[in-house]
Amino acid sequence: MRASPLVFLFQLVVTLLAAAFLVVPAVTSILAGVTINYFQGLRSGLTLDWVAQVWGLYAPTIFRSIGIALATLVVTLVIGVPAAWALVRRPSRLTRVVEEIVTLPVAIPGLALALALILAYGSVRAFRASDAFILVGHVLYTLPFMLRSVMAVLAAVDVRTLEEGAASLGASPWQRFIQVVVPNARPGILAGSLMVVTLSIGEFNLTWMLHTPLTQTLPVGLADSYASMRLEIASAYTLVFFLMIVPLLLAIQFAGRERRAIQRKARP
Amino acid sequence: MTSADRLARLMLLPLGAFVLAFFLLPLVRVVMVAGQGPDGAGEYLTVLTNPRHLSTLISTVLLSAGVTLATLAIGVVVALFLVRNRFFGRSLLISMLTLPLAFPGVVVGFMIILLAGRQGLIGGLTQSLGMGKLVFAYSMAGLFAGYVYFSLPRVLVSLMAAAEKLDPALTEAARSLGAGRLAVLRDVTLPGLAPALMASGAIAFATAMGAFGTAFTLATRIDVLAMTIYTEFTLAANFSSACALSLALGLITWGVLAATRSFSGSGVAAAG
Repeated sequence: MRASPLVFLFQLVVTLLAAAFLVVPAVTSILAGVTINYFQGLRSGLTLDWVAQVWGLYAPTIFRSIGIALATLVVTLVIGVPAAWALVRRPSRLTRVVEEIVTLPVAIPGLALALALILAYGSVRAFRASDAFILVGHVLYTLPFMLRSVMAVLAAVDVRTLEEGAASLGASPWQRFIQVVVPNARPGILAGSLMVVTLSIGEFNLTWMLHTPLTQTLPVGLADSYASMRLEIASAYTLVFFLMIVPLLLAIQFAGRERRAIQRKARP
Repeated sequence: MTSADRLARLMLLPLGAFVLAFFLLPLVRVVMVAGQGPDGAGEYLTVLTNPRHLSTLISTVLLSAGVTLATLAIGVVVALFLVRNRFFGRSLLISMLTLPLAFPGVVVGFMIILLAGRQGLIGGLTQSLGMGKLVFAYSMAGLFAGYVYFSLPRVLVSLMAAAEKLDPALTEAARSLGAGRLAVLRDVTLPGLAPALMASGAIAFATAMGAFGTAFTLATRIDVLAMTIYTEFTLAANFSSACALSLALGLITWGVLAATRSFSGSGVAAAG
């Protein structure tokens, strides 16, 4: 159906406005982070001074966020991949209930999850004051993404049949898991891992409640800089965040295409 | 039970232990604390019985519903345009529209400040046009813009996927039978997109209900449920109200997502 010129024009304008709405502030922020004086604009010249100042002020938050994201990844892999297999291989009412409970933290606002964690464990001082407290919150929030991603792939490649084949050849359950299940789940593990790391690095809703002055993460530092620093420093800090997160986002888009291709192939 | 079944049971144990210790037990604690306020069990209904909380709930629901409708409306127009037309720069445009997918709420708040804040682009533009400086970042309108910013990429991804699966023959048939453009949109295209609209709309709604980072960045004076929970908990140290409000908020977001999931398969939410 050929759209009438008027409809086409309307759609084009809405699309361009939407793209501008999303992109212009991001570009502005990137430019403001490397401009000598934002209020005079680009003609005041370009500089990396603001980025250097951000490094001096906030480098620990950057390293802490990377550390917590990697730790979150390790924990979600160790807990999530075996559990995804266990949930997929023999669906029952029990596995459905487990799945529902485990994915609940995604549907509940992070603020409420953090409040629950603080009420339950806030009095355990050493735990409350450590990075591990934030780690627990991040695992709680990201685990469903790892589980769903791995479960979707395992369901699509029909892991039960593969496993039965391996069993008939004499492989032990553990061998089957390591040599058959894990390799077949790889696209799901990769996509889930990218998602977990991206979400953990950007997590704020839980972390703002869970952090202490000594356990600030990158997004917590960002909120601090938005409230108390000059616009150039806040922008330079945001620029550092973009540099960390954009490669991950591009990788997610790419991995998503790969995984959809596999799932399409798997269907008759 | 085979040895593989035993291994599978064993492999569920770490997950079960983690969820029990760090989700279910804390949840029980929240339920208990909510009932220990000065009003006893009446505190559970504070979101309905306390006029201040009720008006916050109403404004949060209205804001979230408005955000959802606006995002879906923009999403349908853009998704249909991008799926039905092929042109130079199309994939770049798609990347630009979907890249902010995982920007956290705090960063989105900063984007809105750059756009509509005191030194914002829009204010500068309206000032140079002689209409005075338009500043709306630090209010409900700013929050509205922030949540649309947050949800639009997600909504677009799922609507574009759904629009690609629509059968063009159906619209052709409807047109050849004499249906007008609006009739085709209303009777053929939108029903075809309905599952995706429901799923992504539910996620946008639940996100707007519970998101905290954007409101926190824009202003602590905006009256939405998440901000109220935060101030009750940290500033007023009114734990029972904070817990009761959290339970109400959690029930609403979970309920909306669970209700639409039965219509449209699984949706994945990511509140930032």
